[in-house]
Amino acid sequence: MLTRLTSAAAVLALCAGGAFAQQTDITIGMVLEPPNLDPTGGAAAAIDEVVYANLFEGLTRFAPDGSVIPALAESWTISDDGLTYTFKLHDGVTFHDGTTMDAEDVKFSLDRARAADSTNAQKALFAGITDVTVIDPLTVQVTLGAPNGAFLFNMAWGDAVIVAPESVAQAATAPIGTGPFKFQDWVQGDRVELVAYENYWGEKPALTEATFKFIQDPTAAFGAMMAGDVDAFPNFPAPETLSQFDADPRFSVIVGSTEGETILAMNNKAPLLSDKRVREAISHAINRQDIIDGAMFGFGTPIGTHFAPHNPDYVDLTAQSAYDPDKAKALLAEAGAEGATLRLALPPPSYARRGGEIIAAQLRDVGLTVEITPLEWPQWLEQVFRGKDFDLTIVSHTEPADINIYARPDYYFQYDNADFRALIDELTLTTDPAKRTELNQQAQRMIADDYVNGYLFQLAKTGVANANIEGMWENSPTQANDLTGVRWTN
Amino acid sequence: MRRNLVLGGTLTALFALLALLSFVWTPHDVTALDIGGKLAPSSAEHWLGTDHFGRDMASMLMVGARISIAVALAAVGFGMALGVPLGLLAAARRGGLVDEVVMRGNDLVFAFPSLVIAILITAVFGPSVWNAILAIGIFNTPVFARVTRGAALSLWTLDYILAARVAGKGMLRISAEHILPNIANLLVVQATIQFAVGIIIEAGLSYVGLGAQPPTPSWGRMLAESQTMISFAPTLALYPGLAIVTMVLGLNLLGDGLRDALDPRMQRVRA
Repeated sequence: MLTRLTSAAAVLALCAGGAFAQQTDITIGMVLEPPNLDPTGGAAAAIDEVVYANLFEGLTRFAPDGSVIPALAESWTISDDGLTYTFKLHDGVTFHDGTTMDAEDVKFSLDRARAADSTNAQKALFAGITDVTVIDPLTVQVTLGAPNGAFLFNMAWGDAVIVAPESVAQAATAPIGTGPFKFQDWVQGDRVELVAYENYWGEKPALTEATFKFIQDPTAAFGAMMAGDVDAFPNFPAPETLSQFDADPRFSVIVGSTEGETILAMNNKAPLLSDKRVREAISHAINRQDIIDGAMFGFGTPIGTHFAPHNPDYVDLTAQSAYDPDKAKALLAEAGAEGATLRLALPPPSYARRGGEIIAAQLRDVGLTVEITPLEWPQWLEQVFRGKDFDLTIVSHTEPADINIYARPDYYFQYDNADFRALIDELTLTTDPAKRTELNQQAQRMIADDYVNGYLFQLAKTGVANANIEGMWENSPTQANDLTGVRWTN
Repeated sequence: MRRNLVLGGTLTALFALLALLSFVWTPHDVTALDIGGKLAPSSAEHWLGTDHFGRDMASMLMVGARISIAVALAAVGFGMALGVPLGLLAAARRGGLVDEVVMRGNDLVFAFPSLVIAILITAVFGPSVWNAILAIGIFNTPVFARVTRGAALSLWTLDYILAARVAGKGMLRISAEHILPNIANLLVVQATIQFAVGIIIEAGLSYVGLGAQPPTPSWGRMLAESQTMISFAPTLALYPGLAIVTMVLGLNLLGDGLRDALDPRMQRVRA
């Protein structure tokens, strides 16, 4: 009897011990599934949201506050003329397949990204590089054609991560990087699984397993959080339910800022919209606060130009395109565009679908007819982004410091202004912080003066997580779900 | 024993009247947003409260009824216009090649789940009210063809048809003058049932975003848009849901009632 009791006690103790052991696996919810897992070969934000800092690392990386900190490069020196960057790499870094990461891999990655046939989605990041030289296995020297004040910032992007020549071919489906987590499995349409990499060179994360689960439907996302199937949803798709999570002690709601300038993009080459007065009229017809309240349930900061309000260089230009339906009507009359019909293409996120209905109503109030077409992402990318067959669309540009997209005349909204291009060229060459601020502000004013797009609001990062999880990023300085600092506290 | 007929007729008439009324008057403009007054409860101004954009729910339901009824009615018309002649033709040429082709064609359409094909059609040709009508109408066609053929077949064997044939009337004239009037009651009942099915499919298509497009309100989309808010604003989903249920229930009761009232055989049994 006594032995039975003690063994029962032992079992109990074991169970209790099990229950109190710290949980080291996490399930992260994401709205969109990445089309592939190669951040150097795809533009989709969802790729970086899985692999950035978790699976792949670059020479530098973004810290949670948006600053650029060393990653694979331990340190670096910059020549006095600002043209030569010498990176000292960390010793003992290995890829997940066991091979060593050295200067040759860095050279391969950068040369691959800037090659003429490169499929990198952000080739502009590497455009200034003229040469990459291996000095020794742990030293690599990058030469630029002209000084670039943002070079270290550029190297922190997910598109600039270091890959190995022997494994890059499989990066799309079974990526091999240097990060603290390695790829385990990808069940397409459902989830991507990562596990801790035992030979990680840096500080090992508290988590040992991470699952990224893809749930597109906001109702299903709500259900998955409530049921505990998902531990954290860093970009929760239904802002209207956040107050409920907030009231529930099981969850914490994390509201921060993102780099997502949400804009009513206008096709600057479309017949009506090539007239600046029409674009100005549309900008004045929009009531931003209504859109933020109606589509995002109050989450979001109004913007008047394509720049993040939390950036120190931001200029508040919202007054320049303040809500003024009478002025909008007058401008439309002046341009002879009263009663015109415009097409509004809406991708799936609620900011676009709901925001689109509100904008359509606001444009109707000033006498424009708006035809709404809801599109799925692949259709949107095909028809709007690549095909440029649209009048208006709503989308959030979540890349950091991306005002330079206005210097690309073939970009989907087709803003073609030589002065602006010259300004961005100058900005790229400028390293002096004060001068960069001035140029950044000039650029913001220029696109606001030209009413290139309707500037709506800065997307808020509205995340929900189990209250026992700490270390999630509050803000989104880049598209990422960095799990290296995440841990369970219970 | 006309309870079904009266109740079903009343419910259907109520929605039809609301839909008709919405052409000339709604309590509020359904396209007018009032973000500040969103999610308001029922009040004297907004009888059923407002939705997440501050639109008047009562007005949206009225206009939504119009869309639902219009789509379902047009789809029934489409199905009858195509299905009834096909059924008459098949019955007139019973056992022949035409009969075989029509009925196997019917089986082919029947073999596909209607809602899935309706989604396919609207997804391929783009979401709009017209494509919804087309998609639902196509699936009404074999239903009417089959009902028509079945009823007509039994009539073709009757003596008065034989008399008409002896009198030298052609197949088309007999179908139009003698067959069709005698199966009209069946068709009316079937039309009522297909009407109810049409309402449900239209709501289903709108629910997945393939029906009437915003800003036109539709019951299905109202349901879809409100489901993330169901925990704090349940009436947003409740009202359109109730509208669909009541309308479909009304039509089904009406169909039952009409069948009882129009079918002479069933009356004889009761008497």
